[in-house]
Amino acid sequence: MKWLARRLPAGSLLFLMLAGMTLVAFWAPDAWAQDAAGPVEYRSFPVVGSRVVVWVIAQLHLMFGAFVLAVPMFALTIEFIGFRNGDKRYDDLAHEFTRLLSVSFSFTASLGALLTFFLFILYPRLMEYLVSIFDWTFMLYACVFFLEAVFLYSYYYGWGKMPKWLHLLLGLGLNMVGIAIIFIADSWLTFMNSPNGIDAEGNLLSTWDAINNFTWMPINIHRLIANICFGGSIAAAYGAYKFLGAKTDEERAHYDWMGYMGNFIAIAALLPLPFAGYWLGREIYAFSQSLGIALMGGTFSWLFIIQAVLIGNLFLAANYYLWLSMERIHGAERYRKFTKWLLASITVCFIVWATPHSLVATVEEARAMGGSHHPILNVLGVMSAKNTAVNVLILTTYLSFLFYRRANKEATVSWAKTGNIVQFGILAAVVGVVIFLGVYGYFVEASVRIGLSIPQVGLVLFAMISITIIDVFMFRNARILGPIEWGKIPNRAQYALFFIAITFAWTMGLMGYVRSGIRQHWHVYGVMRDTSEHAFTPTLGYAANVVSVTVLIFFAFIAVVFFLSSLSGKKQLEAEGGASP
Amino acid sequence: MNILILLAACAGLLALRFVPKMNILGWLVGWWAATFVFLRWGINPPLPTSIQGMFLAILTLSLLAYISANSAHFRFALDRAVAFATEKKYTVALLVTLILLPCLVALRVYFDVTEGPAPPLSSRTIHPPPPVSIEVAGRTIDLVNDDNPYRALETEDPAAFAEHVANGRRVYYENCVYCHGDDMAGDGLFAHGYDPIPANFQDATTIAMLQEGYIFWRIAKGGPGLPSESTPWLSAMPAWENFLTEEEMWDVTLFLYDFTGHRPRAREDHGGGGDGH
Repeated sequence: MKWLARRLPAGSLLFLMLAGMTLVAFWAPDAWAQDAAGPVEYRSFPVVGSRVVVWVIAQLHLMFGAFVLAVPMFALTIEFIGFRNGDKRYDDLAHEFTRLLSVSFSFTASLGALLTFFLFILYPRLMEYLVSIFDWTFMLYACVFFLEAVFLYSYYYGWGKMPKWLHLLLGLGLNMVGIAIIFIADSWLTFMNSPNGIDAEGNLLSTWDAINNFTWMPINIHRLIANICFGGSIAAAYGAYKFLGAKTDEERAHYDWMGYMGNFIAIAALLPLPFAGYWLGREIYAFSQSLGIALMGGTFSWLFIIQAVLIGNLFLAANYYLWLSMERIHGAERYRKFTKWLLASITVCFIVWATPHSLVATVEEARAMGGSHHPILNVLGVMSAKNTAVNVLILTTYLSFLFYRRANKEATVSWAKTGNIVQFGILAAVVGVVIFLGVYGYFVEASVRIGLSIPQVGLVLFAMISITIIDVFMFRNARILGPIEWGKIPNRAQYALFFIAITFAWTMGLMGYVRSGIRQHWHVYGVMRDTSEHAFTPTLGYAANVVSVTVLIFFAFIAVVFFLSSLSGKKQLEAEGGASP
Repeated sequence: MNILILLAACAGLLALRFVPKMNILGWLVGWWAATFVFLRWGINPPLPTSIQGMFLAILTLSLLAYISANSAHFRFALDRAVAFATEKKYTVALLVTLILLPCLVALRVYFDVTEGPAPPLSSRTIHPPPPVSIEVAGRTIDLVNDDNPYRALETEDPAAFAEHVANGRRVYYENCVYCHGDDMAGDGLFAHGYDPIPANFQDATTIAMLQEGYIFWRIAKGGPGLPSESTPWLSAMPAWENFLTEEEMWDVTLFLYDFTGHRPRAREDHGGGGDGH
């Protein structure tokens, strides 16, 4: 394997593997037997069908794409921090993050090529229509993708071989191009959900209006933030993988720090993510009540309950990791007593977040309740309660971060006591008002209720920003109670990092399916019907299985990425003699 | 809510404070048991078992996280588990546990197989998604862009609006009251004969969350017009387009909101470009 890995780029391996599978699949004469001369609307794919094969490849491409676009964002930020404060550890960490990129980029490109082939082969009518709408954007995308390759490899291979400012500029270019890529691709898929810029027959009126459709910007923002979460969590999982296999204390310290940084990035980006998701859902509802109801009140609403369980687990695991991380900090014992209160808040919010509106009940249970809504739980099943729960959940996680940040510090400023009281006052007031607005939402009309989410979010952001500012000033010149002993963390914290990465991937797969699936029997919603044999909406169980298998395949590929990245890292680390924070 | 059960659960937890040498495992078991008792018997009407299971699973996860987020607690729990499995003084307790566990499983199997026949659990979705447009009496009604044509009268001509509401009242009490009830709580004379039971319009989470076009669609097309996804709907609602005029159906929609005091969900402006296709 090592011999092969050295001689073949990873992407080529994957491409050959997938191309081989495709060749075998199409080898079956039946697959081609249906094709007659003349225009073909659909072609079929044996065994799993054309929909599932496109679904799985698109999802894998998206996951790798998300990772490749996200890592440069935080790698550049960390590199810049290292450049500003002259601390080489940050530069090394950023470099190590980018080490994961080169293999992943090849995987992304190969999967993208495969997806394009499959779409044009299996869905020629749809692709012909999309090309007629977005013709020049496809060419632009190809050019931008080429630029991405140029920037990415220059950024990676140019590390330490050019002036720092020039390298940072390359990183900035890489990020700009990466954002352009995702924005262009988003226009195609959001057009299928919320078409715009066309007449009643579906003919193009304006390409720009087709791009700037109703859900384009919400998806752009949602994906950008989610990519950072996902990229951070995968990078943290890489740190955990290396930590568990580390032979020396230096290695353990280094990869503990890497895991912590990756997780910090993932969770910091996770905090605003529900707001972006809520905006997207709101735009979908505003575009079409039918789509909105299918999304959250109808066919797909049970997938939101699964999503709620996954996100509840994510928050729980993120806090769990932080609490375990405090064991490596002297002085953190002072904050242990708060763990049970933080956990109680998380548990209650998790329960509210995951409570369905219509309950699974036997006939007797439903009759006792007077319907499928429980008279008490009913109020927890709607967005007023869920928005409130997620806002409190975010504040609780923020509080865990705050305790972690202060763990080995003791404020020396004269106004420390007042500062603490003000911080507590802000937190208590914001939690109180957020809960009040949630309850008030039940007594006003729907449009006002939906609008209440904005002050709730605003207050939570205000609390996080103002408390952080006070904290920064309060702990300036603080007395340090003891060092942070990187590497001294239980192994189960590393498994929590794996859990977070897998849960992120699963959530992405699940909600990606929901976003796409709400179109139901339409390729382009309300414009082009899906007339293929796969036009039906699969059962929730089937969809969940496809998503789960896709996540398994993704992590099998990620294991290859980790393995190949650690091969190149090994040589470098040996040459540098290891680096620890 | 059954206050007595809630108080008993709280008293049980309080009593644990006075147990000498109560360790962390005892506390966790106490919290789990108190929550179980409250969820099982403390809420009236009882929670469906599926929800009890979900809440207890979340609680179990949280308690496990609590004990393992602190290495001292975690080590203590592991030590106790190892001691229980290896130390002589626990031999009898261990044997009892080993015998009791399969017995409990057997008991559960016994109850499952001796239970009377019951319809399977169904995860019914409550809001079926409406189509983009519907045909009523040969006229196409755009459910995405059209509003209730008489809603504007509420401000423009309140007297005319009141007439439409009064007409809606007549339509409701002639046709809908038998199932949806005289106060619209879904408890009409025939309600007990249906599964699922008729919708409760007083509930803040039904019509208050929907646009009027949606309500019109449900009235006009009834059970037969429900979408093919997420079946079986099992709705006994008739397609009222066969019995009422379009105006009567819009009027009864006005009356539902007027009587319950809810406001229909307003259409929102979007942030995207253009006005749709």
